[in-house]
Amino acid sequence: MSEEMFPEPEWLSEEVKTGTTIIAVTFDGGVVLGSDSRVSAGESVVNRVMNKLSPLHDKIYCALSGSAADAQTIAEIVNYQLDVHSIEVEDDPLVCSAATLVKNISYKYKEELSAHLIVAGWDRKKGGQVYATLNGLLSRQPFAIGGSGSFYIHGFVDAEYRKNMTKRESQEFVVNALTLAMGRDGSSGGVAYVVTIDKGGAEEKCILGNELPRFFDQ
Amino acid sequence: MALSCVLEPALSGFNFENSTRNIVLENGSEEGKIKAPKPMKTGTTIAGVVYKDGVVLGADTRATSDEVVADKMCAKIHYIAPNIYCCGAGTAADTEKTTEILSSNLTIFSMNSGRNPRVVMAVNILQDMLFRYRGMIGAHLILGGVDCTGSHLYTVGPYGSMDKVPYLAMGSGNLPAMGILEDRFKANMDLEEAKSLVSDAIHAGIMSDLGSGNNIDLCVITKEGVDYIRPHKESPFNYKRQAKYKYKPGTTPVLTKTVTQVELELLDETVQMMETAGSS
Repeated sequence: MSEEMFPEPEWLSEEVKTGTTIIAVTFDGGVVLGSDSRVSAGESVVNRVMNKLSPLHDKIYCALSGSAADAQTIAEIVNYQLDVHSIEVEDDPLVCSAATLVKNISYKYKEELSAHLIVAGWDRKKGGQVYATLNGLLSRQPFAIGGSGSFYIHGFVDAEYRKNMTKRESQEFVVNALTLAMGRDGSSGGVAYVVTIDKGGAEEKCILGNELPRFFDQ
Repeated sequence: MALSCVLEPALSGFNFENSTRNIVLENGSEEGKIKAPKPMKTGTTIAGVVYKDGVVLGADTRATSDEVVADKMCAKIHYIAPNIYCCGAGTAADTEKTTEILSSNLTIFSMNSGRNPRVVMAVNILQDMLFRYRGMIGAHLILGGVDCTGSHLYTVGPYGSMDKVPYLAMGSGNLPAMGILEDRFKANMDLEEAKSLVSDAIHAGIMSDLGSGNNIDLCVITKEGVDYIRPHKESPFNYKRQAKYKYKPGTTPVLTKTVTQVELELLDETVQMMETAGSS
């Protein structure tokens, strides 16, 4: 009797997911990461301004997708491990070290966790790098996309990506991809966060909804 | 992760000890199937807002047990530290216990280190603990406080996700409350504006949600101190009891009285000397 009197909306007890669009692209001299800002629990939007680009170190960031709790916790753990590592070696960590740490956690707890992180950054040895760590694999790629919104832009990024873009062109590429995905995916939306990492450091930018580029939408 | 949790030592890595036990309990054999007890929920509306000088937290005061109101004046704004308070929605027992554990940990920490705790530390401890229990602790919490780095408002979900936001509502009445907050929130409001905004948001939750009701509590936290206003607004539907429900002794007439001696057999008698601390 109690269930009919108080039909509790499902999203109250749903796990909070970041149905998401995340993307990372290398350019000549660094990387650009981008993400949307919508966090959903079932059909309800829990946070419409969440920044899913999380710093792992000064010049290494990761983009979160999947279960919000799992992704945030992995990012925090790796942040801590990278700090310890960089103190031990007395130098800035390499991007592949950060990616390997993320991959280790994702692989070891593959059954229990459902989060996909894209790790990207700049280091002295190999410059700008992007690593995908889906479900425990480690793969270096010129660019990577992830999250539920990424399915809608696979074609776009495959067609539009060119090697050796400049910083400006990469930022535009990322913003265009995010806008197209947010326009078609119900679980992505809000504002766009863009982080550009190069030799000089990381620069964060937030692009509000009305400043995003407009595409065909009749 | 290295955190100075004194009461509960932090385990390294992820702890999935309880997962197999939970699965066994839920599935069980045909005769031995154990039905998980339904926890009491505080169908609730809680809200928080950051304003010019600090944080305002608000909550309704109804605790329901299925369709009966179990507590009309339940306190949902819990004390964590002199400068940090926490509103809790979800399972009543879980929010109570979690906030108590958090408060103990923070008190021990501030005695150990001689400094006031920061809001971000409370959030980290909470997130750590809730993530370790994989969502089994049904606590949706809004933490607000003022420390040396400024005024902060955080929310922590039962699976361990965390968000830092300037205004927020949680609980079953959070949709109507969020509507009011989205419409009227401005950055750097003054005290009266902030209090009336939170109060109206909770009021909207009370009106539009069956699980929220009765009075509205507010808690204003600033650098100078805390103003816990309980109740801020009383429900206009407080009924006074019409008659006494206590029965006078002698209301029920005694017809007969029988006394039966219980025979106890002394089986064994042992004497154990107690060690009393004496000077001899």
